Amino acid sequence: MHVGLTHYLAVSTMLFCIGLYGVLTRRNAVAILMGIELMLNASNINLVAFNRYVAPGAVGGQTFALVIITLAACEAAVGLALVMAAYRSLETIHVDEINVMKW
Amino acid sequence: MGELAAFIILSCVTLIPAVVVVTSGNIVRSALSLVPTFLGVTGLYILLHAEFVAGIQILIYAGAITVLLLFVIMLTAGGTGTRIRQVNEQVPLGAMAAVWLGFLILLVIFRTPWQSAATAAPQYNIASVGTAFLTDYVLIFEVTSLVLLVSLIGAIIIARREE
Amino acid sequence: MLPYAWIIPVLPFIGFWWIIFAGRRAPGQGAYVAIGAMIGAAVLSVAAFIEVLRGARYDTSLVWATVLNRPLEVGFQVDPLTSVMLLIVTVVGSLIFVYSIGYMQGDPRYPRFFAYMSLFASSMLLLVLSNNFLSLYAGWELVGLCSYLLIGFWFERPAAARASMKAFVTTRVGDFFMFLGILLIFVQLGTLNFDGIFAGVETGRFAGGLLTLAAVLVFGGAVGKSAQVPLHVWLPDAMEGPTPVSALIHAATMVAAGVYLVARTYPLFFGTPGHEALTVVAYIGGITAIMAATIGVVQDDIKRVMAYSTISQLGYMMMGLGVLGFTAGVFHLMTHAFFKALLFLAAGSVIHAMHTNDIKQMGGLGKIMPYTYVTTVIGGLALAGIPPFAGFWSKDEILLEAYHHDQVLFALGAAGAFLTAFYVFRMIIYTFTGTLRSHNAHPHESPRVMTVPLMILAFFSTVIGLVGAPWWDNPFHHFVRFEGAEGAAFDLAFALRSTGIAALGVLSALVVYHWRLVSAASLRSAFGPLYTAVVHKYYWDELYQFAVIRPVVWAARQLRTFDVYVIDGVVNAIGAGFVGLARLYRVFDLYVVDGLVNVVAWTAKTTGGVLRYVQTGRPQNYLLVIALGVIALVVVGVIR
Repeated sequence: MHVGLTHYLAVSTMLFCIGLYGVLTRRNAVAILMGIELMLNASNINLVAFNRYVAPGAVGGQTFALVIITLAACEAAVGLALVMAAYRSLETIHVDEINVMKW
Repeated sequence: MGELAAFIILSCVTLIPAVVVVTSGNIVRSALSLVPTFLGVTGLYILLHAEFVAGIQILIYAGAITVLLLFVIMLTAGGTGTRIRQVNEQVPLGAMAAVWLGFLILLVIFRTPWQSAATAAPQYNIASVGTAFLTDYVLIFEVTSLVLLVSLIGAIIIARREE
Repeated sequence: MLPYAWIIPVLPFIGFWWIIFAGRRAPGQGAYVAIGAMIGAAVLSVAAFIEVLRGARYDTSLVWATVLNRPLEVGFQVDPLTSVMLLIVTVVGSLIFVYSIGYMQGDPRYPRFFAYMSLFASSMLLLVLSNNFLSLYAGWELVGLCSYLLIGFWFERPAAARASMKAFVTTRVGDFFMFLGILLIFVQLGTLNFDGIFAGVETGRFAGGLLTLAAVLVFGGAVGKSAQVPLHVWLPDAMEGPTPVSALIHAATMVAAGVYLVARTYPLFFGTPGHEALTVVAYIGGITAIMAATIGVVQDDIKRVMAYSTISQLGYMMMGLGVLGFTAGVFHLMTHAFFKALLFLAAGSVIHAMHTNDIKQMGGLGKIMPYTYVTTVIGGLALAGIPPFAGFWSKDEILLEAYHHDQVLFALGAAGAFLTAFYVFRMIIYTFTGTLRSHNAHPHESPRVMTVPLMILAFFSTVIGLVGAPWWDNPFHHFVRFEGAEGAAFDLAFALRSTGIAALGVLSALVVYHWRLVSAASLRSAFGPLYTAVVHKYYWDELYQFAVIRPVVWAARQLRTFDVYVIDGVVNAIGAGFVGLARLYRVFDLYVVDGLVNVVAWTAKTTGGVLRYVQTGRPQNYLLVIALGVIALVVVGVIR
């Protein structure tokens, strides 16, 4: 059976939902960032799949995916730096314990 | 046929560790489970004839980001032990939302009549990507490098210990 | 001048208003205003009198209102009777006003006294000038009001306040009957004008028992105002007022208004079958005359002696009118005005000096107060009826008429004449002869402003009777007369007899009180039960207290209970009902209206309190909501 666009989209969808679940439910800040990485990966798969199946002559999808990877890296770096800074002053990295600005 | 088998194997390699990532009680195990996930994604990219992306995926994701995550886990005390509760109170609702969203998107995907392309892929993937970066998408390229610089500096400043 | 006679009552009326508004700022603190008005009125009265003497008459009316399609006229008239009354009121009034300057000196309400006296004079003059029952009744009531005000002039004294009320209420009883009589006349004849009424009587339109009833009802007013039995009880108590008041109102003028009324409406009485109304008048007068005279004998208060004397003399006047002695009755009215005013003012002079009314505390004042003494003796002789003083001529005429008319009345009159002489000289002896009995009094003669009026009145008391003397054909008789009630001719023998009775009275007084040949105590015990009855004034006041006052007060109390419990109860119940309704409203307001407002506030608060939990501050919650929103949108998109 031929592997079509829908297969890849299905995979990326599932990966995205798993990542979403992780973002919504995890207490650890790092774990949330992991979930975000999964979601970004899912969107990357989407982009590349569309590039391959809908417009194989162009490289826009792959280019976009590369940019996303780059930016994901930046964001992970900055985000983790923030986690470290927060950990230093608040002594915790469980986001539900960080409620200094809560009413 | 072989492609389908490869696809299924790679999908499982991607998805099952992904589940481990989000459900494991041990944060280190979660982080380490990211590696097979990323590798699976790499395989998918190769199946999609996006070799350069696959390469970069391994380099950046499986290499840099995973290590970075592990570094931070070590530097913060949140990684120790499985006795600490790792999930918050939103589990049922979050699970429901994820499942529903997945279901709906799948529904939309399977309903939509996708059009197949007529053109063929270029011969050398890396060359075309490189050319595109330096001609059509040169602005994006430059801005991305700027963003890298900024995030580099920013991460250093944020994570720096106040002396 | 007669058409301008209406100015006569207006002058003191203006004086009243002037004094009321100006008070102490008025000339002489009101005294000169009052006296000026009275003297002005007196001058005009003299002018009117002279014209009437020459034969002029005047009668004018104007339509004031229309009642039941009948015009109601008011107006005034001047005829001999009116002109005589005008003279009496204004002349005697002027003298009394002058006297009051001395008597009322230092009184805190000095101007008001003269204001009230002026109002009284104006009312009395209105009364005598009226040619119809309406304005006569108006003047009648006004003099009653002034009497009330003046008797109660020193209203801080409870006795004075009670006396003024007693006077007003008692005369009101009489006035009520008079009003019924006036109504009866109006219903029968359709007019209140005297000429119209007299015409109706003469033509026979109004006759028989109904006429007698009307006449007797009108006489009821005279009974009250002139203090005849049984409405005489107010006059002795009225002595609580200042002595000038007693002199003017309760001796000379107001009490004479009743006599004037009978004289003015004489055709009404005369026209009754067999003059039966006049018989009623005569008998009431006679009984009053003798009864009051007996009470006067045992009085120790100098003014009370004079009060009972006034009642008695008014009885004589009524008796005179009743026995068809029209001229005699009016003549006695005139002479009595002068000598009774004199006696009252003299009594006032004595009271002013002694600061007491009790004759038992006086004595020997004749030497200290010679002017008062001489003028009092003159007044006493006039009252007793000794010729040539004024009282003799008029009283003699009355007795003569009575003798020719009704022997019973003559007997009453003669006995009364004896007692009159007796009591007045008893009073004079006690007051002026002997030695001063009181130890803390320092009497002195009164100032000239008081003694000069006394002397003038004494002069009049001496000579005024001579206008009715026979030797120049009794000019008064020709002046004031009534067709059909011509008096009898002068009878010398009779005159000597009446003089003898009076002289006997004077002598008896001297015997008992001056020469002490017969002791007063023995007389008292001799008359035993009669003495007791007389000292208690024949128990009239007690009778009224029991028969009238107590039932009325009882009824008033019952009505008060009704008023307090039923009427006030209803009002209070309504009030309580509204209060209850208000409470109900309050409950409604508190729970429903306020509750509604509170519910709105509670809802907002609770909603806010609930909604604030949305702001968890945790991005994972927000993200969940976003995810759910996206799901919803996609669902909607898929379904569409």
